Amino acid sequence: MSSASSSGPTRIRKIGAIVALTVLSACAAPQGQGINDPYEAHNREVHEINKDIDRTVLRPVSRGYGSTVPAPVRGGVSRFSANLDLPGMVVNDLLQFRAEDAIVNSARFLLNSTVGLAGLFDPASDIGLYERETDFGETLHVWGVGEGAYVELPFLGPSTERDMVGKVVDVALNPTRLLFSDELRAAGTVASVADVANERYEYSETIDSVLYESADSYAQGRLLYLQNRRFELQGEAKPTYSDPYEDPYAQ
Amino acid sequence: MPNNLSRRSIMAGIFAGACAVLAGPRVAMALTDAQASDLITRLVNEINGVINSGVSEPAMYRRFEEIFDEYADVEIIARSALGVAGRSASAAQMRAFIEAFRGYIARKYGKRFREFIGGRLEVKATRQVKSFHEVRTTAYLKGEAPFEVTFLVSDKSGRNLFFNMYIEGVNMLAAERTEIGAMLDMRGGNLDRLIEDLKTAG
Repeated sequence: MSSASSSGPTRIRKIGAIVALTVLSACAAPQGQGINDPYEAHNREVHEINKDIDRTVLRPVSRGYGSTVPAPVRGGVSRFSANLDLPGMVVNDLLQFRAEDAIVNSARFLLNSTVGLAGLFDPASDIGLYERETDFGETLHVWGVGEGAYVELPFLGPSTERDMVGKVVDVALNPTRLLFSDELRAAGTVASVADVANERYEYSETIDSVLYESADSYAQGRLLYLQNRRFELQGEAKPTYSDPYEDPYAQ
Repeated sequence: MPNNLSRRSIMAGIFAGACAVLAGPRVAMALTDAQASDLITRLVNEINGVINSGVSEPAMYRRFEEIFDEYADVEIIARSALGVAGRSASAAQMRAFIEAFRGYIARKYGKRFREFIGGRLEVKATRQVKSFHEVRTTAYLKGEAPFEVTFLVSDKSGRNLFFNMYIEGVNMLAAERTEIGAMLDMRGGNLDRLIEDLKTAG
């Protein structure tokens, strides 16, 4: 597999980016177990807007999509969309110096793009080549950038300052924009919107229970996101557990 | 907003329920992966049996409540969910809270079980941490990349029971403490009202 080392100018740019992003996130608190949410009041306003969007647009649209389009077709569209995300993940794998992940994601992309008919099918998973999910937020984490404050983004939902920067870079960095034809990119955009509707439909009861049945859906969503995200990023590090038998008030 | 809750965290939500009943007594004593794996496999089959039994939903929830009771230390989960608010509770209030919590948690997670159909868990490793055991498993669900589910099992209650689980990092104790704390806040800190409402919540 290709090495992650880069040529002179690229490298300087990369280092420049690291410095810029590190400065950007200098206010970030170190990652811990706690919740760092200084923008809570504003975040809660965004959360209410997001719930309105869900109620009035996303949920009805996903119901229409889910009830009219057969599951195998929806699955194919979502797999097609997910397949186009793989090149961007490989770039991030390389930036993180994770050769094995880069190889697995590359092999998965090559196999599903060909045998899997442009990603409509997923023969890679059948032979154990599962997606090694990653993004530029994780790359920043690997480079030592702190998590930053919790933020709820309009339309996109729970995030952190670091992951918000990561999302912007992922869009800019995505090789799909350079490698593929306009038609394929347009199809990919449509498919990714359809994928959002599909997920909203497939997990509707669970999502509804978090958004509409929780006593405090903002706090519940924040907890789910932060715990899951930290778990994704911790790698092989051993988690720290609290022992309720020793201290029933511990978290 | 759901669409940025990653697929895995959504799965976590689903499995928070489904896996709640999968770790059982004697897991802490399970000296080999094979024994623990066998135990969990049998439990998955048991749960699927309930899901596919065709009985009414209320009957299903009752059965899940029984399974929960059998394998989880619901009392310590309830006490932890209530947190510091429990300090000022009377013994009678605490008993009433734990009883109400028992039904609430079984109903809440029982609703999720149907989404578990077709799933399978495999035990990967068991190790002792402090005074309890960590049982790490991998969950396989059709169309999903495998993901990690960890159970914490203790015998401090006098039986081997699980008292927490982590699904892709999302832990049940923390989620329930957030929920119960918010419910209590909404009722002005009135524990009796919380207990009353918990009897039908979930």
